[in-house]
Amino acid sequence: MTTVKDVCRHVRSKNAGPFWVTVDLFFDGEANFRRYHDSAALGPDLFARLYGADPTLVKRFAVPSLHVVKISYPRVTAQGGMVERDMHAGQQYVRLLDVELDAETVS
Amino acid sequence: MRDGPIKILVPTGSLGAGALEAEVAYGVAQGARAIATDAGSTDSGAAYLALGISKNNRGSVKRDLTILMKAGAQAGIPLIIGTSGQAGGDRNVDWTRDIVLEVAGELGISPKIALLYSEQDKADLKARNAAGKIRPLPPLGPLDDATIDSCEHIVAAMGPEPYMAALRRGADIILGGRTTDTAVIACFALLHGAPSGPSWHAAKIAECGAQATAVRNKGAGVLISIGDDGFEVEPLSLDNWCDPESVSAHMLYENSDPFRLTEPGGVLDVTQAVYTQADKRSVKVTGSVWEPMPYTLKLEGAAASRFQTVMLIGIQDPDVLADIDTFHDNLLEALNQRVHATIGAAAGDFHISLRLYGWNALSGDRPPKGTPPPREVGVLFVATADTQEMASQIAKACNPYFFHYPLFMDRELPSYGFAFSPADIDRGPVFEFKLNHVVEVDDPLELVRTVWIDLRNEEAA
Repeated sequence: MTTVKDVCRHVRSKNAGPFWVTVDLFFDGEANFRRYHDSAALGPDLFARLYGADPTLVKRFAVPSLHVVKISYPRVTAQGGMVERDMHAGQQYVRLLDVELDAETVS
Repeated sequence: MRDGPIKILVPTGSLGAGALEAEVAYGVAQGARAIATDAGSTDSGAAYLALGISKNNRGSVKRDLTILMKAGAQAGIPLIIGTSGQAGGDRNVDWTRDIVLEVAGELGISPKIALLYSEQDKADLKARNAAGKIRPLPPLGPLDDATIDSCEHIVAAMGPEPYMAALRRGADIILGGRTTDTAVIACFALLHGAPSGPSWHAAKIAECGAQATAVRNKGAGVLISIGDDGFEVEPLSLDNWCDPESVSAHMLYENSDPFRLTEPGGVLDVTQAVYTQADKRSVKVTGSVWEPMPYTLKLEGAAASRFQTVMLIGIQDPDVLADIDTFHDNLLEALNQRVHATIGAAAGDFHISLRLYGWNALSGDRPPKGTPPPREVGVLFVATADTQEMASQIAKACNPYFFHYPLFMDRELPSYGFAFSPADIDRGPVFEFKLNHVVEVDDPLELVRTVWIDLRNEEAA
């Protein structure tokens, strides 16, 4: 089974303001970008499951010129709250690396 | 434009990060007509707005200001700084102003300084909210008075217009409060008639300095050159370069939408932008579009709410590490019971969390079964309570359990590795951002106060 880390040369996460986290998936080339950029496995439900995000607010963009998929999701608690574990959200991407990209869902 | 492209020198991603004198000299020699940089953002948390302090040490900000003020004065070009002192609250601006005045004295220069304050009065905001002029941005809901009251400081993120007004009146140095990163850099070009799309887009690409270059750790700044048909960007370091990927990828950075950036008074749309290599070191960008919208300013509010006390231990005990999740659950329950037993109802609505560094501290989730135990974990104890004194008392009540809690009750009590004595550290309040709202205004300067310090006049007087 193909995972995110198998087909991306770089993955990162960061705050986009205090209430949102944004994730950039840099695919390792045109072929894998085309094959997986629409993968249902990277849909809103994944961000609800991993990060507790409201799936109706999750935003997803394909940037073909960079072979990038960008996904932004709202934080469950604003940056810096009582149980903040990752102030910049810079480590949140790691849980995405092993997500399996199901070939059957590729459009 | 009558005078050809407008060149703006962006010396560093943020004031205090380390401007380089040789780079600034290069940018000036290339014909830069202004130096512009922001001095902060929300990224480091709400504490800096709530407390009115900078994340940077004073020395690093003074060092950068010395380089930039000297270059600006020698070249006779304005120095424009936004989001002063990390958060752009009034106190953050004043902190920066004092450093600027000190540097001006040391350099023997007498600039005309504009201070742009954008901190907001709570009563005024409540009135605007009641009048329906404030609306939420997802994921937050409508604003209420209690939320406004909970904030220590509230700022509005300014657009370029207050800067343009100050430049028109001859400011040599502008120290702005909270401003969008882009507005600080776009203002000079917009004032001098550059087209809006390329001005805003160039500003966005340049706002983190060398972040948009091919080798991000080589040098600090960039030079943007905005013309009628687009803009060019090049690194200020001669041994670095920009390429279409390094420039276009910067639209991804810390933005939730890579194509559309909402700013005061409009939206920058780069969906149709074309990035091409202009020469070895420069990229040319065309096709950037500015869509004017009703004028709004984004509000940011920082609250200081409940208080925390922390303790830290290290554990290498292999038995504990072999069943660390069970240990975590048992210890947490024992600590909560200990507080109930020793402090009781007086502890109020307290909260304890244990963060297992080396295991799952950053997520709090359970690693999959079969994950090999780590060699060591650091356990951060965080007690939250209504007062600092109560958080401290809770930590002290928990201290012996946190230090000695066994995995097996029938064995000799272990002692885990405390890092400090005394073991508990009062951390202060929890600082949180409370607002994600925009306020509609009729005039872009309506929420801004401008104060002038003209050192030439003060010398004459």
